[in-house]
Amino acid sequence: MIPVAFEYELATSAEHAIALLAEHGDEAKLLAGGHSLLPLMKYRLAAPAVVVDIGRLTDLSYIRDDGDVLAIGALTRHRDVETSDLVRSQAGLLSAATSKVGDPQVRHRGTLGGALAHGDPASDLPAAVIALGGSMVIQGPSGSREVSVDDFFTGFLETAVGEDELLTEVRIPKAPDATWSFQKFNRRAQDWAIVGAAVMVDGDRCGVGLVNMDSRPVRAGAVEAAIASGASAADAAASAADGLEPPSDLNAGVDYRCHLARVLTRRGLEEAGR
Amino acid sequence: MQVSMTINGADVSHDVEPRTLLVHYIREEAGLTGTNIGCDSSSCGACTIHVNGEAVKSCTMLAVQADGQDLTTIEGLADGETLHPMQQAFHECHALQCGYCTPGMVMAAVSLLDEVPDPTEAEVREGLEGNLCRCTGYHNIVAAVLQAAGSSR
Repeated sequence: MIPVAFEYELATSAEHAIALLAEHGDEAKLLAGGHSLLPLMKYRLAAPAVVVDIGRLTDLSYIRDDGDVLAIGALTRHRDVETSDLVRSQAGLLSAATSKVGDPQVRHRGTLGGALAHGDPASDLPAAVIALGGSMVIQGPSGSREVSVDDFFTGFLETAVGEDELLTEVRIPKAPDATWSFQKFNRRAQDWAIVGAAVMVDGDRCGVGLVNMDSRPVRAGAVEAAIASGASAADAAASAADGLEPPSDLNAGVDYRCHLARVLTRRGLEEAGR
Repeated sequence: MQVSMTINGADVSHDVEPRTLLVHYIREEAGLTGTNIGCDSSSCGACTIHVNGEAVKSCTMLAVQADGQDLTTIEGLADGETLHPMQQAFHECHALQCGYCTPGMVMAAVSLLDEVPDPTEAEVREGLEGNLCRCTGYHNIVAAVLQAAGSSR
């Protein structure tokens, strides 16, 4: 399988990438680690006329302690997130979810920012960032803005990142005392989650993000509210699928996915100590 | 466009279309056919090589992304007639049947031991999650990786 021919541009800075996006408009796609985009291009589900390679922007690969938050550069590879002591100690859920992405080869190439900017509801990392209450820094021609994860995923494979913008940083509130669980249900090694649940409990605060339970990555708000008002894990998890419209495919129908969401959320809450 | 890289210690440089996949570049331009193409969709791991010492699936990288990088393929592991310890362990444990997955398995296994030098059996199985063997030969593959880990201790 070979992609449709395209023009290749190697970005030398974030500003250069943004200028190239402004020049080529919706004909251009950003290439980071390539583990979402290249498969789509090989299947010819995507055929960008211009590929802007941001993979050499090493200054966007970092994990920093930034006061109350962890600041993670968008081009930080999964492998580096997974093995970071700082991430493990301050956002253990992100470390655990990242270790479940694809397989070791995928994690050597794929990036945190790439996985989030792809906006795939079946991806593990959006659910983790939702549960952790993260935010994204998006850079455009007129500067940077910060967008809460709750406003970031706008539709199927759609995010708040505009055509001439670049996701540059992911910010995760530090939670050294949090307990957490990442529940990924699949049938075979390295498969996507049929359903997944990312759970974080930090004192009174509880975050639950779900994988593959709607057209975009979603927060299980009813579960969080129930936990906040003192419900048991089992009672809270009963509302995990409320209002959601999960896909139906050869792995699972809608009813089964809803069932999985409730079971995995309960298990997650219990593993996180609720 | 022109790409240059090091493959198994040798400098190579060719003019390629940007859409050229790295595995095609390695096989057809560099002439190294030890790296196999299996599923062609980043699932099976037959095309696993090392980029800067780390296992990657060369079917899911463009040749232009490897420009300036240091690559190792299965041909680069042995020292002359002396097999790499991982190759020797695969040989001794009979860790293959048809052999199609073997180059990718060996490259993934070498990368695994670089990161986890003394793995448990469970860690070996998880570490080879990205490589499929359709002869159902995992038992001996896992045994080979554990043997190679032991021999380097």
